[in-house]
Amino acid sequence: MADVSIPYPAPRATRPVRGRAVAGVAAGLAQNVHLPVWLVRTVFVILAFAGGMGIVLYAAFWAVLPLDAQGTDADTASARSSDTARLLALAAVVVGIGLLLAALGVNVASGAVIPVIVAVFGAALIWRQTDDEQRDAWSRAAGRAARQTAGTTAGAGRWRIVIGIGLVVLAMIALLASRTSPLEAVQGLAVALLIFGGIALVAFPWIYRAWREQSEQRRALIHSEERAEIAAHVHDSVLQTLTLIQRFSGDPAEVARLARTEERNLRGWLYAPTGDPDRTFAAALERDAASVEGDYSASIDVVTVGDAVLDGALGALVAAAREAMVNAAKHGGGLVSVYAECRSEVADVFVRDRGPGFALDEIPADRLGVRESVIGRMERNGGTATLRSTPTSGTEVHLRMPRATEATT
Amino acid sequence: MSTKLRLVLVDDHAMVRAGVRAELGDAYDIVGEAADVDEAITVIIREQPDVVLLDVHLPGGDARAVLDGCLATAPHTSFLALSVSDAPEDVVATVRGGARGYVTKAISGPELREAVQRIADGDAVFSPRLAGFVLDAFSGAAAEQDDELDRLTPRELEVMRLIARGYTYKEVASELVLSIKTVETHVSAVLRKLQLSDRRELARWAAGRGMV
Repeated sequence: MADVSIPYPAPRATRPVRGRAVAGVAAGLAQNVHLPVWLVRTVFVILAFAGGMGIVLYAAFWAVLPLDAQGTDADTASARSSDTARLLALAAVVVGIGLLLAALGVNVASGAVIPVIVAVFGAALIWRQTDDEQRDAWSRAAGRAARQTAGTTAGAGRWRIVIGIGLVVLAMIALLASRTSPLEAVQGLAVALLIFGGIALVAFPWIYRAWREQSEQRRALIHSEERAEIAAHVHDSVLQTLTLIQRFSGDPAEVARLARTEERNLRGWLYAPTGDPDRTFAAALERDAASVEGDYSASIDVVTVGDAVLDGALGALVAAAREAMVNAAKHGGGLVSVYAECRSEVADVFVRDRGPGFALDEIPADRLGVRESVIGRMERNGGTATLRSTPTSGTEVHLRMPRATEATT
Repeated sequence: MSTKLRLVLVDDHAMVRAGVRAELGDAYDIVGEAADVDEAITVIIREQPDVVLLDVHLPGGDARAVLDGCLATAPHTSFLALSVSDAPEDVVATVRGGARGYVTKAISGPELREAVQRIADGDAVFSPRLAGFVLDAFSGAAAEQDDELDRLTPRELEVMRLIARGYTYKEVASELVLSIKTVETHVSAVLRKLQLSDRRELARWAAGRGMV
């Protein structure tokens, strides 16, 4: 009897949120006794006609069975889609209550009963909206359910609350009017409103405080999640890199490479990443620059202007730029400058190193990669590659790719 | 006693100040250091240095606060922003606040010396990344802009593109067959536009840091 919150394995029945029609009683029972849900539901409906037994039973189970909120978050979408179905089910229950009353000998057609049924339906609507989980959260005033509540009151559910309140008010008026003169009905309504207003006035500070506490709690939660994320990131990557740097302290090139890679990671993480490297041009180029930098212990400085969604031609441009970067990192040494400009009609990439230059005609055999993987690739995709090289100012490869979407020229 | 340029270093990391001092100490006279906004304003107003190397993020504010506090009271001082940050809003906000240039801390010693000299001469210093930001902000619907401040001339665009490609001023000059002085004039003109233009993109960057 130590910890009550430990999940209790079967055979206890619960009311699952997932797959429920009204309050999950039938679904829960079906789960527990291993029968199909439709069968249990049919039994309830049949019993409902047997002097209202089914409805009394259903209400009793509703009160007794604990709610099983498992899967609420993941299944909100499917839950929402079955909203109409659940409303219909609810209406059926209300009609069932009517039948029960009729069976008990109450004259359903008489003035009083229909308004009562309408009122019950309206109240049920409101209660459905502020359903179990939420009622739970409200009565606890604040707490872990804060996140759930945040989303539920907003949006789609609001109209149901309004309709519910409208139905209740209508029913009250009808009920009063059926018994008394219109004037008295209005008077009665005024008294009811006064009482209601009084209750609201008394309850307001409590509701307001609960609401405040919840939003504060939510803020604190977001804040702590943010901190946890930063801590996780620093822990994972920065500390890891520092450890590696200590291990490789005898190897300056490796230390520089590790530091550079980590710097790039952290920078990308801190200063709003440019986008998804699988989808956008600038991000793809930066990712490739980072990986080349890691492989060849060079510094690659990437500056991008403009961006576009990656398509076939731009993909080829990035691939060719990568080859050019590899080449620059391998043979140029030192700092490699990459500048990419993506405009609506054309995309340019410049890859520049400051190593000893070379002329295209006298490319050494091992650098033939440039001809095939850079120039060939660009030309196959309708672009151009120009190579400029001087012994004093290094080598610059200019890749130009017309944009496919606007390729009218 | 000497004609060396007088410098003040503003950075909250003592290691960075020591590193810069080691690289610039021979060429320039470092007359003061500061680690936060208030200290920086006090030192700059007292020393009236030629150039201030200014970190973008400081305890008690940022570079913009230092610039606001000093521009009027130290009229002959030029500011060069020196930062690890690549975020466009940091860079643009600092330059619009009055800094005459922006370089990252990865800059080499000789390059930094040259940048300081250039700032002291009243010119502007653009890193490739800052040039990229400028091109980004001034591209797009540039042709529709009426205000001369909101447009870059074709020549200025060429200069900016080359700087973004990693060319030094000297290389830009030889590429475009201009004198270095002309290149410097173009860059200064771009700096002025960057500081004074009302372009939406610039305003957005500035607004991102709560300083329109």
